[in-house]
Amino acid sequence: MARTENRAAWGFLAPWVVGFLLFTAGPMLVSLWLSLTNYDMLKPPVFVGADNYRELFTDPKVATALYNTLFFTVLHVPLQIALGLALASLLRRAGRAGGFFRTVLYLPVMTPPVALAALFLLLLNGQTGAINEVLGWFGFTGPNWTTDPMWVKPGLVLMSLWTVGGTAVIYLAALTRVPPELYEAARLDGASPWRQFRHVTLPMISGTVYFTVIVNTIASLQVFTEAYVMFYGNSETAAGRDDTALFYVIYLFQQAFGSLRMGYASALAWMLFLVIAVITVVQVRVSRRLVHYEGEPR
Amino acid sequence: MNRPGRAACLVALGVVGVAFVYPFVWLVSASLKPRAHVFDNALLPRPFAPENFVAVWEAAPLLVWIGNSIAVGLAAAAAATVSSALVAYGFARFRFRGRNLLFGLVLATMMLPGAVTMVPVYLEWHAVGLATTQIPLWAQNLFGSAFYIFLLRQFFLGLPGEVFDAARVDGAGHLRSFTAIALPLARPAMIVVFVFELRAAWTDLIKPLIYLRESRFFTLPRGLKTILDQFGQGGEAEWEIVLAASVIATAPMILLFLLAQRYFVRGLVTQHVER
Repeated sequence: MARTENRAAWGFLAPWVVGFLLFTAGPMLVSLWLSLTNYDMLKPPVFVGADNYRELFTDPKVATALYNTLFFTVLHVPLQIALGLALASLLRRAGRAGGFFRTVLYLPVMTPPVALAALFLLLLNGQTGAINEVLGWFGFTGPNWTTDPMWVKPGLVLMSLWTVGGTAVIYLAALTRVPPELYEAARLDGASPWRQFRHVTLPMISGTVYFTVIVNTIASLQVFTEAYVMFYGNSETAAGRDDTALFYVIYLFQQAFGSLRMGYASALAWMLFLVIAVITVVQVRVSRRLVHYEGEPR
Repeated sequence: MNRPGRAACLVALGVVGVAFVYPFVWLVSASLKPRAHVFDNALLPRPFAPENFVAVWEAAPLLVWIGNSIAVGLAAAAAATVSSALVAYGFARFRFRGRNLLFGLVLATMMLPGAVTMVPVYLEWHAVGLATTQIPLWAQNLFGSAFYIFLLRQFFLGLPGEVFDAARVDGAGHLRSFTAIALPLARPAMIVVFVFELRAAWTDLIKPLIYLRESRFFTLPRGLKTILDQFGQGGEAEWEIVLAASVIATAPMILLFLLAQRYFVRGLVTQHVER
């Protein structure tokens, strides 16, 4: 009986196991091997040892791409978390109107990134764009978000905040799980709204915050679509030409599918994997001191 | 919460709401303006140029791309739903050695950056001669996907064991318990998976960029990128075409969300809060 049970279990799990070998474990091993070769898909791979990895450290485009990607991540993740949390707090207090605003905030998440990028190319336009027009009402002269090397990345960050709705909905769910008695008790102790947030809300949702920080960081380190659509492709724009918007995965994509340097692209991929792994491990370590798990023994 | 507090809250949300809706309004409005007025930032399209939505069908094979997007989206969503349900059921209903370890591995793949396997997976499809077809856009979903497996497993774990015991007494095998009992009960959770993956497949650009070479195979986002390059920047500066096409690519997703909002919210909540 136990044996047939076991066999049945593996029957159900088989799709995942096969998929894991075919599309995760196998490819990672292949990629590790390819990173030690030169391979252009026309001739068989030629073993070159650590040459590709040496090139990583001398290729100025890698440094630029890493810098751009970290720049984006360092701005995007904290803003995304803070704005998501602020909006979730507002939604929580909005009563019956909350559902309507939740829908409004979530709609940008449903927009295909290509359409979003095309749209923001015009909204962010320095001369005619609506964003600078609004800034003008308040007496600010907005920058050339899509062409000025200093403002291209902040422009992309600004645009990325339009899809904060997903994070806000997640926080809203976490906030509704905080027991109301805790706020009651804090109020009786005379805690101000800020102290309530700091000492009741934040600890109670720290697990969710921690998780969204990690997931958002991993995603931003792989930022690709919006920047690629706006600045790369058939027509390389100014921001594309001077690498202001060259993010790591864009460079990886160009090396692999533009230059057909599959070996070098594999080395790039492994380096990204290591960077992401190190950053994630640091975040996990730091969170152990900061995250409060309700009801779980530490 | 006191009244002035709630009012301030609603005002703040109102301001944010306008900021979030404005780009949509701008997009729809500009897509209905003649070329010379696209950049005027006026809320209402005057003069009104609905003919943009006729011109866009003539400018690009939109119908073909929409058909491709629907086919790829449905295949991706159906494959992900069925395979993830199978695997999730295996994790939820059976005890076997190494189960927790294996489930840990499933969760770990959620953290794996997709960019890492992009090149070798492409080479695999190339090796079997399918690298320029639409198959790589959905076939990987036949093998289950970590987030959906997690989500469906949570659901199956929540089902009372008695319904399965009763089936067992009636002599139902495992496959029959799965198809006749678990799947019908799991309908809401499976809809969550289906709509999530439908959105993911409909909006994705990176896979279509890697795999699709011929216009007749393009999905809508891939086609939209071509339209942008041809009619937008560096192209012929016919932005009204780009904007009309953007509206056409976005509208089905807005509709999907309005129809299936509670499933999207439910999926997000399960993903991040219930772990």
